[in-house]
Amino acid sequence: MMDNKQLNLHPALETLVSRGPVAVNLGLSSFAEALRAQGAKVLQVDWTPPASGDEELSRLLDKLL
Amino acid sequence: MSEIKERIEQANAEALRGMVTADPVLVDIAPAGEVIPWLADGKKVLHSGPPVTWDRMCGAQRGAVIAMVLFEGWAATPEQAQEMLAAGEVELAPNHHHGAVGPMAGTISPSLPVFVVENRAFGNRAFCRQVEDRQQFGDFSPEALEKLALWREVWAPALRAAVRELGGLPLKPLIARALEMGDELHNRQVAASSLFANAVCVPLLDAGLPKEQAVSTLNMLVNHPVFFLGPAMAAAKATADPAHGIEWSTVVTAMTRNGVEFGIRVSGLGGKWFTAPAPEVNGLLFPGYTKQEAGLDMGDSAITETVGWGGFVLAGAPAILNLVGGTVEEALEYSRKMREITVGESPQFRIPALSFQGTAVGIDIRKVVKTGITPIIDTAIAHREPGHPMIGAGLVRPPLECFQAALKGFAARYGIGG
Amino acid sequence: MAKVCMVRKNAYFDSMFLMQVSRRLEGEPGVERAAVVLATENNKRLLSDLGFSAPEIQAAGPNDLVVALEAETEEVAQGVLGRLDAFLSRRQPEGEALPRTLDAALELLPEANLAVISLPGRYAAPEARAALERNLNVFLFSSGLSVEEELSLKELAHRKGLLLMGPDCGTAIIAGVGLGFANVVRRGRIGAIASSGTGLQEFTTLVHRAGEGISQAIGTGSRDLSDEIRGLSTLVALEVLERDPDTQVIVPISKPPGKKTLGKLLPRLERCEKPVVLCMLGIEPDRITTELPVVETMEEAAAQAVRLVGGSPESSFKDWEKPLAQERARFSRNQRYIRGIFAGGTFCYQAQLILQRQGIEAWSNAPLDPRFALPDPTTSKGHTLVDMGSEEFTEGRPHPMIDPTLRRERILKEAEDEEVAVLLLDFILGHSASPDPVGELLPAIREAKERVASRGGYLCVVASVCGTEEDPQRLSAQVSALERAGVVVLTSSAQAARFAAQLVEGK
Repeated sequence: MMDNKQLNLHPALETLVSRGPVAVNLGLSSFAEALRAQGAKVLQVDWTPPASGDEELSRLLDKLL
Repeated sequence: MSEIKERIEQANAEALRGMVTADPVLVDIAPAGEVIPWLADGKKVLHSGPPVTWDRMCGAQRGAVIAMVLFEGWAATPEQAQEMLAAGEVELAPNHHHGAVGPMAGTISPSLPVFVVENRAFGNRAFCRQVEDRQQFGDFSPEALEKLALWREVWAPALRAAVRELGGLPLKPLIARALEMGDELHNRQVAASSLFANAVCVPLLDAGLPKEQAVSTLNMLVNHPVFFLGPAMAAAKATADPAHGIEWSTVVTAMTRNGVEFGIRVSGLGGKWFTAPAPEVNGLLFPGYTKQEAGLDMGDSAITETVGWGGFVLAGAPAILNLVGGTVEEALEYSRKMREITVGESPQFRIPALSFQGTAVGIDIRKVVKTGITPIIDTAIAHREPGHPMIGAGLVRPPLECFQAALKGFAARYGIGG
Repeated sequence: MAKVCMVRKNAYFDSMFLMQVSRRLEGEPGVERAAVVLATENNKRLLSDLGFSAPEIQAAGPNDLVVALEAETEEVAQGVLGRLDAFLSRRQPEGEALPRTLDAALELLPEANLAVISLPGRYAAPEARAALERNLNVFLFSSGLSVEEELSLKELAHRKGLLLMGPDCGTAIIAGVGLGFANVVRRGRIGAIASSGTGLQEFTTLVHRAGEGISQAIGTGSRDLSDEIRGLSTLVALEVLERDPDTQVIVPISKPPGKKTLGKLLPRLERCEKPVVLCMLGIEPDRITTELPVVETMEEAAAQAVRLVGGSPESSFKDWEKPLAQERARFSRNQRYIRGIFAGGTFCYQAQLILQRQGIEAWSNAPLDPRFALPDPTTSKGHTLVDMGSEEFTEGRPHPMIDPTLRRERILKEAEDEEVAVLLLDFILGHSASPDPVGELLPAIREAKERVASRGGYLCVVASVCGTEEDPQRLSAQVSALERAGVVVLTSSAQAARFAAQLVEGK
């Protein structure tokens, strides 16, 4: 990985560092609140475990979706 | 993306394409025995929902089957009819197994005229019985049978003549306009039924029918705000069928109930039904009825939601929202949520209330299981016992187990290990 | 039971809506049955069956509204009828519902460029993968992902040229916006890449306090420089800072990388067009051969970086003779040990290093030297420096930066030990940290001091506060509160550790 090959930065990364984060927040809402307080655009996701918490189905879904 | 995911995505894209390019046309109204081969001979009755035997059928559906036995003249009294049915002398099968659908009990017998809708994009046909407010709720009284007789002898033949006069009635433009006018095509068909009446009015008069027959038929149409559910369901079935049988597709091609079980079929999983106990409908009852009297969810009418109408377009039909004391915001939210569990959207059917976004089409069992969001269906409520008309209406969600079982079935069928 | 009815002429309402109204009326106390219907023939028959067949109902037509009520008393029924209009008006719409999935969120916010993920560990990896697949950079606060999962995610990110900050990344400041636990610092010319969150926090605050600013502060997650992960996120971050026109100096901050990683990282850093200051906590001098400046503390890294952009760092020389003497004089004979109770893991690690340099071996639950692993993390022995943010303390509960409970209890527990001389504490301000980190622990600090005093001894409490005046908690306010309680406050975590070490020297 640490070869001389040029690492091309994705446009989304270039936008991130030049114009700042436009974020989707999965998890603690305090993180979204902190972003909002700094004037950054953020959307909170009302996240629930996939497959309604069923581990077997969740593993299966990882392969299918 | 992994190879498996790609295959599924491609298969689903094909299924979606199938559904959105459908071109349903009402080509005929014919006695079921004429157009459904299985009904051509013998004592046979089709019913709504996944397979169920006579002894397990719910009260309302039993009543409806008894009514058809009497209607066909196979028995002279309800008691005789029951004996025949208990003895297994009448064969029963799900509508879906024979290219048909029917609302509530959904019973179709050989001499009952059905709507014949041809999907001109693929050449397949689907059939649906007419909607009425007594027999399909389990009423086998003489009054209920009288109405069926009127359909068979007067109205259906008249409409058949009118449709032939027209050379077939394309349904897609009518449906598109009805959706824009506040119908959702499952519980609310007021606009669609009016548009249908407009379309057949002149052909009815030009068809050379006896004046009384034409007038009687027009009268029926004009006073029947949910008439169009029949053609709508046939159109939905004709739309969904070409999307079925695509290897690797996780798209739902049928959702149906018989008051005992809720069942779904998946495109890439062949004829297998994935069932779970039928849920209660969460809704409002007409004055005088109580929750204890309500039957469980019943009917093939969820075929409308299967192709993205009905509950999926609640945002465009806020009047239906009052069924559960909902608000316009909630209706918009339902329509938004359905986008999370579908493959794509229909370019032809658009919802003004959602900024003319296309209706969400192609329920994907993977997304249902992942998000836990089940499709929203709005539907009528029958009485537990046979012999009563509709007692209310409401919203219902299919059991998540159906989709979970289907997903596991998919893994087994396509050899995807855990 | 009283039966009451009312007819309102020319009052058409949608029948479904009326069903809802009937149900709501039936919910009123004292109402047994309610029917609100249009007077169609069918409905009139229905009403008659229910015992409502007054002439006005018979005379009413399909455009007239009939309200029929059966209630406990006439008064109840009339009361409800009187409020009919309220029931006939619609409900207020509810608030907008949030999207339930990443994809639903992206439909609503298609211009998103970052996913911030702090879900429980076992759910975090698939969501991070989904985010990267949808061309989002990721700030992954969650920990507990396996090495394989982390490697797979970082290979994906590296391939796509996206930035994956984490797993176990607590801090970043991107384009002036703090992510996770971050301090309010001015923008400027110094860029940082850190595998330590609190290390990055202290670095940025020290740069700010010296009058300079931060261009970008990029977190990489604690395991990024291990030999298994090989610095994949660090490399992307490096590329970002090299190309960022605002960045003039690049400061990587971490514990010593894995040997193989270090071997490949150094040439890459040496190739950098911009000056690099390497902050490697606890690096043994013989392990690293490079022309690049290498420092061992955040304080030194900040000082060097500030100088490189032409600024002047805060003076690190402090005359401690008097305060040292004053504090030392108050100990009783058998008081000899330092007990560090840290919220910031990096501060705990750094303190061990500094004590080691002074010849003091300290036990820890996150030990520098495996021989000094605390057998029981909840019980100190000898000199002990505890990382209270470590997994064994944070399983199923909030981090000490947010929740003071465990640190409070530990402070009081240490005060019971007669051989304890010094408590070494860190306080971390900024976004997402507690609104008053000092205030939350002051009562425990006071009580601990009192308990030791009542035994005839003296508990010296030494602290550093990681923060700026611009942080919501305000640095000066937090520092004053500590000083008023008799706590000795130093200007950096390194200085606090050095001060503590000197307090117990020779004991």
